[in-house]
Amino acid sequence: MLEATDLAKSYGPLAAVSGISLTVRGGQIVGLLGPNGAGKTTTVSMLCGLATPDRGSVRVAGKPLSETAQEAKRRVGLVPQEIALYEEMGAEANLRLMGALYGVDEPLLSRRVAAALELVGLSDRARDKPARFSGGMKRRLNIACALVHDPDVLLLDEPTVGVDPQSRNAIFENLETLRDRGKALLYTTHYMEEAERLCDHIVIVDHGRVIASDTRENLLKLGTAPAVPKGPSLESVFLKLTGRDLRDSA
Amino acid sequence: MNAFLALVRTDLRLYLSNRRALLITVAAPILIAAFFGAMMGGAPGKRPARVPLAVVDLDRSALTERIVADMKADESFDVREPALPAAIEQVRAGKIRGAIVLPEGFGERAPRAMFRPGDKPEIEIHVDPSQAVALALVKGLLAQHVMREVSKAAFGQGVDGAKMLDQARKELRESTRIDETDRRDYLALLDQVARLRDRQAASGKAIPGLGGGNGLEMPFTTKEHEVTSGEAPYNGYAHSFAGMGVQFILFSGIDLGVGVLLMRRMGLWKRLRAAPVSRRLLLGSRIASGAAIAFLLMLGIYAAGIAIFHVRIEGSWLGFFLIVAAFAILTSSFGLLIASLGRTPEATRGLAILATLLLVMLGGAWVPTFVFPQWVQSATLFVPTRWAVDGLEAMTWRGLGLAAALPAVAAMLTFSVAFGAIAVACFRWEE
Repeated sequence: MLEATDLAKSYGPLAAVSGISLTVRGGQIVGLLGPNGAGKTTTVSMLCGLATPDRGSVRVAGKPLSETAQEAKRRVGLVPQEIALYEEMGAEANLRLMGALYGVDEPLLSRRVAAALELVGLSDRARDKPARFSGGMKRRLNIACALVHDPDVLLLDEPTVGVDPQSRNAIFENLETLRDRGKALLYTTHYMEEAERLCDHIVIVDHGRVIASDTRENLLKLGTAPAVPKGPSLESVFLKLTGRDLRDSA
Repeated sequence: MNAFLALVRTDLRLYLSNRRALLITVAAPILIAAFFGAMMGGAPGKRPARVPLAVVDLDRSALTERIVADMKADESFDVREPALPAAIEQVRAGKIRGAIVLPEGFGERAPRAMFRPGDKPEIEIHVDPSQAVALALVKGLLAQHVMREVSKAAFGQGVDGAKMLDQARKELRESTRIDETDRRDYLALLDQVARLRDRQAASGKAIPGLGGGNGLEMPFTTKEHEVTSGEAPYNGYAHSFAGMGVQFILFSGIDLGVGVLLMRRMGLWKRLRAAPVSRRLLLGSRIASGAAIAFLLMLGIYAAGIAIFHVRIEGSWLGFFLIVAAFAILTSSFGLLIASLGRTPEATRGLAILATLLLVMLGGAWVPTFVFPQWVQSATLFVPTRWAVDGLEAMTWRGLGLAAALPAVAAMLTFSVAFGAIAVACFRWEE
């Protein structure tokens, strides 16, 4: 459903992404993991048309995606890392606006809004403003805003930052439901246990390149090597592949 | 089109939903315009405030008492008579604009000084240095009232006048410093004045040129004509509402620009950009909503001006609406420019406020541009706010027609296009 080939992007002399390729099929959750500065956010920006690649291409259901490719963009939903909501506008109004931006008209819009609220468990708070929501509710509404136009591909950029375990679990269940409905999900996170639980396929990037791309099971097998002290876990595999040096002090 | 309308509707809804901010946005310019308007003369028919002055009469002669009485009768001044130390203290405290001290012997020396150069009594004037214009006012007041009473004493009927003339003639005859020819001419002049006085006293008729026995009068009178629409007198609030309206509407443009920067920070801009809408639509919707908000705010401010402060659209209503609309578009493009050039909301807001205040000041929103030096007046033609203020004034108290509005509208739209072009060229699209 989503296919990125040899993506490259530089900001001045800094090469943020240098040839990343990945594929997300329908009914699959692909985890995009990497340390800070690895190029995850730039990759997501190119995958949703926010940034134009210097090289390479993105295709959604076979159609090329760019900033001006409206048909392809209509099939993609973005959940930004930030809680990107109009806090002083009701939850339903937020969803209606997002639906209108993606060309969803009445009466379909009302049905989609209701369905998105239902999925994230906010039907009873439809008219309330996000300013009065808890962090977890805001995160769920943040996801719902990306779903209201019923996209085939959902890009989630660290969607669980700052939420409690209950809300995180609810979000996971939402995402698993979407996978079961045949959606293609790309999930970036720093939390390895999230990737372990959710992702069918994991892509680890560092220094703008893919350093590992395989199923969760195959990647976990790398963690059985003697050099890994705590046994097989995705985190140990991640540290083995990307090293233990701090990245955000560089 | 749905996406465009949805974005515009959202911006309007968010703006109008914050009622407290909306109230302040509308109330602040009205309150400040009310203050400035009152300072500039207020509504038609209101007399300007009388200038408070003190007169200290150390002479207490009949002449000085008449001078003080004349001053008190002058409607332009509020004259009071404290003792000298109290008068100076009131000037220092800023309670009065100045204090005039009439010295001892003034009543005797002043009329004589009219005929004898050199020996003149000195009137002390204590003025508030922060009120430079007060000195000119006080001197004007003295010129009028002192001259009239002193000349009346010198030339008028009664014992004082006769005594003064006799004394002057005696001094002229005894003077060794005056040329003989001049002495003869001066004496002849005084003799003629004396004969005129005597004849008037005998017949009871007034002496032409000597104010009918009232001393020297001003050789002219004035009649003021306010050059406005011809139907309504000048309303000081008309200028202040134009100025403060322009200022505070531009502030709303800052909010628009900073709002985009906040949307970037919140990730909302990223979300909007990820949607299948064009850059033109995203920016166009911001301009449209910003312009609509500015238009409505300006109408609200003027509605208060019309309802409460009697500001009237004496010129073209169509011209007025066109100017408000052009200024609303200008405000919106100014906001977009801020969004394009700014980096962080905090730093951008500070710089944008400074830029706005400069624009407003140079545009004549605080004080009319005619008080500026000529070169500044010429330079401010390149300041868009000047066109806005001048245009609004033309449609209100100046009472000019649609033709007078069109240059201002064209200028503001030109500035809008320029601001918009720079904004689009500099806008950071990639996060």
